[in-house]
Amino acid sequence: MFELLGVPPQALFGQLLLGLINGAFYAMLSLGLAVIFGMLNVINFAHGAQYMMGAFTAWMLLNFLGVNYWAALILAPLLVGLFGILLERLFLRHLYHLDHLYGLLLTFGLALIIEGVFRKFYGSSGQPYSIPEELTGGHNLGFMFLPNYRAWVVAFSLVVCLAVWYLIERTKLGSYLRAATENPTLVQAFGINVPRMVMLTYGFGVGLAALAGVMAAPIYQVSPLMGANLIIVVFAVVVIGGMGSILGSIVTGFGLGVVEGFTKVFYPEASNTVIFVIMAIVLVLRPAGLFGRAQ
Amino acid sequence: MAEGVTEGPLLAVQGLDAFYGESHVLHGVAFAVNGGEVVTLLGRNGAGKTTTLKSILGIVGRRSGSVRLRGAETIRLRSDAVARLGIAYCPEERGIFASLNVEENLLLPPVVKPGGMSAADIYAVFPNLLERRGSQGSKLSGGEQQMLAIGRILRTGADLLLLDEPTEGLAPVIVQAIGVVIRQLKARGFTVLLVEQNFRFAATVADRHYVMEDGRVVDMFRNDELDANMGKLHDYLGV
Ligand SMILES: Nc1ncnc2c1ncn2[C@@H]1O[C@H](COP(=O)(O)OP(=O)(O)O)[C@@H](O)[C@H]1O
Ligand SMILES: [Mg+2]
Repeated sequence: MFELLGVPPQALFGQLLLGLINGAFYAMLSLGLAVIFGMLNVINFAHGAQYMMGAFTAWMLLNFLGVNYWAALILAPLLVGLFGILLERLFLRHLYHLDHLYGLLLTFGLALIIEGVFRKFYGSSGQPYSIPEELTGGHNLGFMFLPNYRAWVVAFSLVVCLAVWYLIERTKLGSYLRAATENPTLVQAFGINVPRMVMLTYGFGVGLAALAGVMAAPIYQVSPLMGANLIIVVFAVVVIGGMGSILGSIVTGFGLGVVEGFTKVFYPEASNTVIFVIMAIVLVLRPAGLFGRAQ
Repeated sequence: MAEGVTEGPLLAVQGLDAFYGESHVLHGVAFAVNGGEVVTLLGRNGAGKTTTLKSILGIVGRRSGSVRLRGAETIRLRSDAVARLGIAYCPEERGIFASLNVEENLLLPPVVKPGGMSAADIYAVFPNLLERRGSQGSKLSGGEQQMLAIGRILRTGADLLLLDEPTEGLAPVIVQAIGVVIRQLKARGFTVLLVEQNFRFAATVADRHYVMEDGRVVDMFRNDELDANMGKLHDYLGV
């Protein structure tokens, strides 16, 4: 067998794939955070809990109602998105004129409550969710074995990210979003119902987290704390990419997943911390983030 | 704009008070604008002209009194509802969206009534904008930004335009061009409430002038009375 940089290709490409999978989730979650932050000025700490709710909703749909993965991919984001809209109406709406800190504290509290409720009913152990029949198995590519479901996750998340980017940067609706992010007062004075747009944007961002949750269900187990662990890394990704940048969160999400994967191959001891080390360096050299505009 | 032909003024402001937090900025502002007129608010810096426009739209912190459009009270409406009655706003800072290109900026304000100009009509009035339609809003010169800020509100069908110091900081040729545009708009039947510090410019476009001082309207002149009142005006404006 030939080796690359002293590492067997199976291991190298295996970790690269693992990195891409993680990166896919980083990208989808940080994208939702970026959209929400741009529009609401709120750092949505409940994002991890909402991701978990997406996975649990898919699990419940399957086990209680017999609704399969493909339908859950649409239904779970809608249901969790509606829950997000409810949170926006009841709580977040009252905080927009205050400092970021208040939104962060509120959503942090909401995350603890939501995760607490799920733990009460499901404990902290995971519930299995099987890979949809159509995507079981895999292909031997010669240099590595590629499981179908993982290939699907990477490809589909990339499509979702690019579609969101297109929606925001290239459509009329997106121009309203960008304009309202810059100057909501003026956009409203042109006759656009900005409060409703803000509400729907939050629902959309939350729905995106839930979609990532559904996609994660067959890979990781469905458990109440699955989002709590992930969201810390995602916040580091957001800091590195630059808060509020759409393209930045996509590129940084996938990129850092890959960096993490390679670190596992070449220096496994650092694989859990490499993202935080990069975050520290970026904060010192470029506090607004790689893609962020300095204020 | 046949529907502008109603009894009484198109816009009637009475007893208008406005506040930014604790500070009380407008004190019983009163004036009226008839359909088809170009009317200015003149006054020194800080007199409350911008705040008056913002209060009409409902984008100051707090306001009270009466703002009636075609006789209907708007003081309790949210700004998007006010805009949908047919009022369009060109802010002093121009408010061009940096993350949108020229065309996106132009097409941003939604059409609120039929009868607005088409994008092609607007590009005909402002040919520079056509050339720069793909440029990012942040890349425009001051004059181009001002053209765009005026141009984009002409599509919406709004028949009352609130223009806040459109000539501020612009070169004389561009000021002249804006004067031409405002006279064209009047000829097309638009009603314009224009905030100005430059009363020589105001005199070339307006039918009447209100003078503001310390958050109140203190005087009014018809444009043809301006020469006779030059002394007073110099006192008011401190020029
Ligand atoms: N956002 C604000 N917060 C507090 N005070 C303000 C604000 N904007 C304007 N003011 C004050 O209100 C008064 C009127 O301002 P403005 O309406 O901008 O005057 P003008 O447009 O005639 O120059 C001034 O004293 C100004 O300092
Ligand atoms: Mg002003």
